[in-house]
Amino acid sequence: MLYIPPAPSLATRLFDRRGWAFFSAAALAILVAAPLANLAIPEGSFGHLSDASVALIGKLFCYAMLALAMDLVWGYAGILSLGHGIFFALGGYTFGMYLMRQIGQDGSYHSDLPDFMVFLDWKAYPWFWSFTDHFAYSAALAILAPATLAFVFGYFAFRSRIKGVYFSIITQALTYAMMLLFFRNETGFGGNNGFTDFKRILDVPLATPATRMVLFTLTGACLLALLLVSRFLVTSKFGRVLTAIREAESRVMFCGYDTLSYKLAIWTFSAAICGLAGALYVPQVGIINPSEMSPAASIEIAIWAAVGGRGTLIGPLVGAFIVNGAKSFFTAAIPEYWLFFLGLLFVLVTLLLPKGVIGLFDTLAAFRKERAR
Amino acid sequence: MLRLIVGLALLAMFSAPATALDREAIAHWTGGDPDEQHKALDDAAARGDLTAIPFLRDLLADRVKLAGDKALIVDGDKAVDALDRTPAELPADAEDVSTSNSLRLAIEETIALLEIASPDRALRLEAVKRLQNAELDESRVALLAKAEQKERDASVRDTLRQMRALGELQSSDRALRLAAAQALRTTISGRVREALKTRLSTEEDGEVRVALTRSLRNVESSLAVGENLGVVFSGLSLGSILLLAALGLAITYGLMGVINMAHGEMMMIGAYATYVVQNLFRTHLPDHFQWYLAAAAPVAFIVAALVGVAIERTVIRFLYGRALETLLATWGVSLILMQAVRSLFGAQNVQVENPAWMSGRVFVTDNLELPYNRIVIIVFSVDVLLLVSFLLARTRLGLFVRAVTQNRGMARCVGVDSSRIDTIAFALGSGLAGLAGVALSQVGNVGPDLGQHYIVDSFMVVVLGGVGQLAGAVYAALGLGVAGKILENIAGAVLAEIAVLIFIVVFIQKRPQGLFALGGRQVD
Repeated sequence: MLYIPPAPSLATRLFDRRGWAFFSAAALAILVAAPLANLAIPEGSFGHLSDASVALIGKLFCYAMLALAMDLVWGYAGILSLGHGIFFALGGYTFGMYLMRQIGQDGSYHSDLPDFMVFLDWKAYPWFWSFTDHFAYSAALAILAPATLAFVFGYFAFRSRIKGVYFSIITQALTYAMMLLFFRNETGFGGNNGFTDFKRILDVPLATPATRMVLFTLTGACLLALLLVSRFLVTSKFGRVLTAIREAESRVMFCGYDTLSYKLAIWTFSAAICGLAGALYVPQVGIINPSEMSPAASIEIAIWAAVGGRGTLIGPLVGAFIVNGAKSFFTAAIPEYWLFFLGLLFVLVTLLLPKGVIGLFDTLAAFRKERAR
Repeated sequence: MLRLIVGLALLAMFSAPATALDREAIAHWTGGDPDEQHKALDDAAARGDLTAIPFLRDLLADRVKLAGDKALIVDGDKAVDALDRTPAELPADAEDVSTSNSLRLAIEETIALLEIASPDRALRLEAVKRLQNAELDESRVALLAKAEQKERDASVRDTLRQMRALGELQSSDRALRLAAAQALRTTISGRVREALKTRLSTEEDGEVRVALTRSLRNVESSLAVGENLGVVFSGLSLGSILLLAALGLAITYGLMGVINMAHGEMMMIGAYATYVVQNLFRTHLPDHFQWYLAAAAPVAFIVAALVGVAIERTVIRFLYGRALETLLATWGVSLILMQAVRSLFGAQNVQVENPAWMSGRVFVTDNLELPYNRIVIIVFSVDVLLLVSFLLARTRLGLFVRAVTQNRGMARCVGVDSSRIDTIAFALGSGLAGLAGVALSQVGNVGPDLGQHYIVDSFMVVVLGGVGQLAGAVYAALGLGVAGKILENIAGAVLAEIAVLIFIVVFIQKRPQGLFALGGRQVD
């Protein structure tokens, strides 16, 4: 048995001097270098960042936000959600409503209404579409709608002390039911095609490199900011209590803490992050449909966090990049092996790498120290 | 012998109807103006021209071709003359006879009208039943009345009377309408309900209106009973499948606290095992094909149980006490199993046939039919339930399983090999899922993602039923099945699913440990 000394691990060192240096470098790369490489350096010459890469990395940033949200509830509060896809998709759909209305009369039916409504022979927008033509309202809704749903659901679930696998299973059933609901045409969100064919955002065409770059840097900045906020949260007293709840909820209650409000707070915050990620995802990827709410999509978020290392904040981001990178590779090169790989990843990571890739680094570091001694 | 043949021949000659199949009639049926075609068919029905039936059937089957003034019946590359069924040359320029949908319907109805005069009672009854949805104009009502007079068999006569009443509901004769309205009192079918309703909206005569209202009320209430029973039955049938799926889950979760996300894939494996056994029977034992399910059930059980043992030994064993991680790892296993089946059998659904004795249905009333396969599944799941409860309650193994479920540490102290019990129980749970797969293969599609459709529902059964007792799973499965179907009837499938989910979340508020939880204390 390998002895791991209780030395500061990579996870806790995250924002020491080296951590801050790494963080600043990442910020510089995202906010300054990437726009320059994409827009200023001409295509074909060395150092050019292609539009396709911008789109891919932008998408990965959104996924990384999801992984971060998952880490806050699973890694720190011990609540495994198998339904985070709902909050992501809700954010995407609510912001997608704005993007749909920005299409204006450029749809294939040249109507004021989106094509799928014309197809259903609807004459006016349903009530929940009202005001979605205002950018600010839609953007706010993209965060508030998932947060509200999470708050209501979380309140009832945590109040009756549903936890552990029971909670996970119920969140999975919830996302399954929501997926079925959104698949219906009558629900008013475009049925199984969802929203697509966006043309403009804030009356600016979406498909230009400049617009894409703005979205990209915005996403990157949001991710970095959320990382800082999360770091502040988990190192604060609030975060300490959360960790204590993860370890022994009853004891924390017996100590006089109201665990319900702690769990509810982090749960709602996590859902809001997902909503933001969804809102940033939709204009960049250009489509949102109910398959984002499938149980499989939600459980994949958990595996990103597990691969990178739970309870480390930076680990889940790494995990999201690794798994989605592998997905891009597999689905292009050998699609029939992707599920084998993903399945094996689930099994092997839980069996052999309970602390994820980040934990592996810690173990290696500890091993080296042992040898040096 | 010779005398008999001569006698029969004479009989046939004299009893033959006055009109036989002739060129003129065929020409009317096969060509020209659609209105004339329909009229010619009506004439044939009115004449009671039985000789027309074989030809009309050929016409329905698109076997008739026209060559000049001759009609030929084509079978492969051979042809016979339609009139005398003698072999005939098939000219290259023979034309197909096109039959529109409305004409086909008219032909079918004409055949049914003709067969009402058939000497075979079963055939007559069936013919009347086929007329259920036919248009009943005056000439047809007259035909039905004539048939009714000749009819000896009481049940056929009653059916004929009811059919006639349906037509006479539109009659201009007040007395006929009144009699028809009264006669339809006991005819329980959706068509009668609609006919009574339409008539009631235009009827002016007071007495007839009263009779109509009375009959309508009676028909509606009888129909409602049948419909409700049908919903309850399909709920029970769904519930029995959920029960099979959830039994295994309840055992593994109750015993080990392990949520096995690959449980649905065990069902899929059971269904594919059924498919393989079916194919083996088809190629090697075609004579005993109808009994393939008897072999498929044990095979599916064993295959799924072996896969279960493999999973328990290689994955779950190392994750005891880490329920959330088990959940992820078994999800990974389910992905691998799904992809493996996809690679082996293809991504498309495979065909699993019902054996002959399982197809068909019991007619309880006109609008309540119980398919045999669903009845068999209900009986099957009751048997499995009895077997499992016997195993758990009366055998030594069951004693051990219960002991480990209630208090693992104590059980080990008194010498129960708990890890062996874990393996066996996991195998049992997986095997039960395999049996659920056999049942599912008889009522639904068999494809690689079969398990995914049922996994959420079977978890709900376990959550609702609570852990540790089979009774919880039974009540939860049947309750969810019936409630789900009733809601589906009212609000549609999707809203029903959501309503059931909301109900469970609310229910858990009141009873966090499910319906039937074992008493006990836990602290973490």
